Amino acid sequence: MLYAILCYHDEDFVGSWSKDQDEAVMKKLAVVQENLAKQGRLGPVARLLPTTAAATLRKEDPPLVLDGPYAETKEQLLGFYIVDCKNLDEALDVARDLGAANPGGAYEVRPVGVFRPGGNLT
Amino acid sequence: MSDTDTAWIETALTSARPQAVGALLRYFRDLDTAEEAFQNACLRALKTWPQNGPPRDPAAWLIMVGRNVAIDEVRRTRKQQPLPEDDQAISDLDDAEGALAERLDGSHYRDDILRLMFICCHPQLPATQQIALALRIVSGLTVKQIARAFLVSDAAMEQRITRAKAKVAEAGTPFEAPGAIERSERLAGVAAMIYLIFNEGYSASGDTAEIRKPLCEEAIRLARLLLRLFQGEPEIMGLTALILLQHARSAARFASDGSLILLEDQNRSLWNGTMIAEGLALIDKAMRHRRSGPYQIQAAIAALHARAATPDETDWTQIDLLYGALEVVQPSPVVTLNRAVAVSKVRGPQAALELIEPLAPKLANYFHFYGVRGAFLMQLGRNDEARIAFDRAIALANTSAEAAHIRMHIDRLIRDSQPHGTNGGTRQGAKAK
Repeated sequence: MLYAILCYHDEDFVGSWSKDQDEAVMKKLAVVQENLAKQGRLGPVARLLPTTAAATLRKEDPPLVLDGPYAETKEQLLGFYIVDCKNLDEALDVARDLGAANPGGAYEVRPVGVFRPGGNLT
Repeated sequence: MSDTDTAWIETALTSARPQAVGALLRYFRDLDTAEEAFQNACLRALKTWPQNGPPRDPAAWLIMVGRNVAIDEVRRTRKQQPLPEDDQAISDLDDAEGALAERLDGSHYRDDILRLMFICCHPQLPATQQIALALRIVSGLTVKQIARAFLVSDAAMEQRITRAKAKVAEAGTPFEAPGAIERSERLAGVAAMIYLIFNEGYSASGDTAEIRKPLCEEAIRLARLLLRLFQGEPEIMGLTALILLQHARSAARFASDGSLILLEDQNRSLWNGTMIAEGLALIDKAMRHRRSGPYQIQAAIAALHARAATPDETDWTQIDLLYGALEVVQPSPVVTLNRAVAVSKVRGPQAALELIEPLAPKLANYFHFYGVRGAFLMQLGRNDEARIAFDRAIALANTSAEAAHIRMHIDRLIRDSQPHGTNGGTRQGAKAK
């Protein structure tokens, strides 16, 4: 079963990390990802640019484009992983491992209904 | 408490600072009191967060604690008798109180942060004082850190900030909620100040670039913060895009000996792709508003350079047009000088030279004018005149990197008096290096 693990955190806080702090976190996360990849369980991984770079399309008639993220929240969606797990417990374990590497904020663990890996993007 | 703990708490305090100090300034209506209250709250955070874990909303916690400590302080001095030191009462803020604090502040925080930034760019403050003040009170850099970035002594910087604060206090801070026009005026002032901070770091020479880089990074952080508060402002998108696109080139701008590498000679694989992507995304968004402005136009120019995989692919015709648009909204001889560089690429050095000749009286003391003029003359094979222009440029150079760069041209003139410059030292003024 595929799970999307959605990373939420305070963007202001993450944006205030020094370069060293940022690199240290990414390095720790890479270890967790490598383990999953070795087991053939890691799908796409994305780190998103700040919400200031986002636009939102409200599906009205005609559709309305707004600046910024979908919702103003204390913590923002900063990235996501697609991981293959047997069940929720296993997905939560992965989230725990990721959380140990990247403290603060929250991971939303969400089962995937339809997954199309798409082309080979770089 | 481990060092990493402290580092993370410091980061949390830094990111909460603009909102917390901004709110405390609104309560106490005095910058020194607000800063002191924030400092006290930070000290308590360092004491209690490692034990209790960080609060869910650090900014709300700091505002609450800062306010309470300061109020206690006032009571204590009034009663002339010390109250028992009771950390517990204040530090045991649970999320309920945090939520309350947030309700109090949620509606204000945009204007709080804007006000805090705005008092730093009081028109009576010279640019250097504006920047120093903003780095001190908005960013929370220490005097030592700021002094280092400005290459002055700690004492001199301390004095500069003290003077700036005195002027701000004298001028008075606007506490009423701003109207729409006033708010957009404040935004414009703050945007200009952020750009000043960026340029302070960006215009460093090779030997100081590393020391001054934090100024660029801080400017980017502040620009993103401002854009978070005012998501729909195309000029703030433009400003953020502009400094991201310029900073994206930082790893390619200096040779190992500290000399400047021109845009066209830079190794483009060293450009930061993520920053460029963010800059381009912001310009895309800004364009949709159909409300052009100087930051957007400059960002669009920077974007055309960023999009060119090789110098030959640069769309100089578009850049010429954009500089033309910039001349309309922000006429200045420096803009025309930059446009001339694009013109030289599109219509040749003679047309470019004709464009800048009338600028001579206004730019008589401007290093880049003579550098650019010399380059055009060199391309036209008028080497003696080029030599005179380059000599003048060297006399006006602000940094060793600038002087070294011009000497390179002179060496080339001496080496070969070919009447056709190859990658003639066309340069883009301070904007495109």
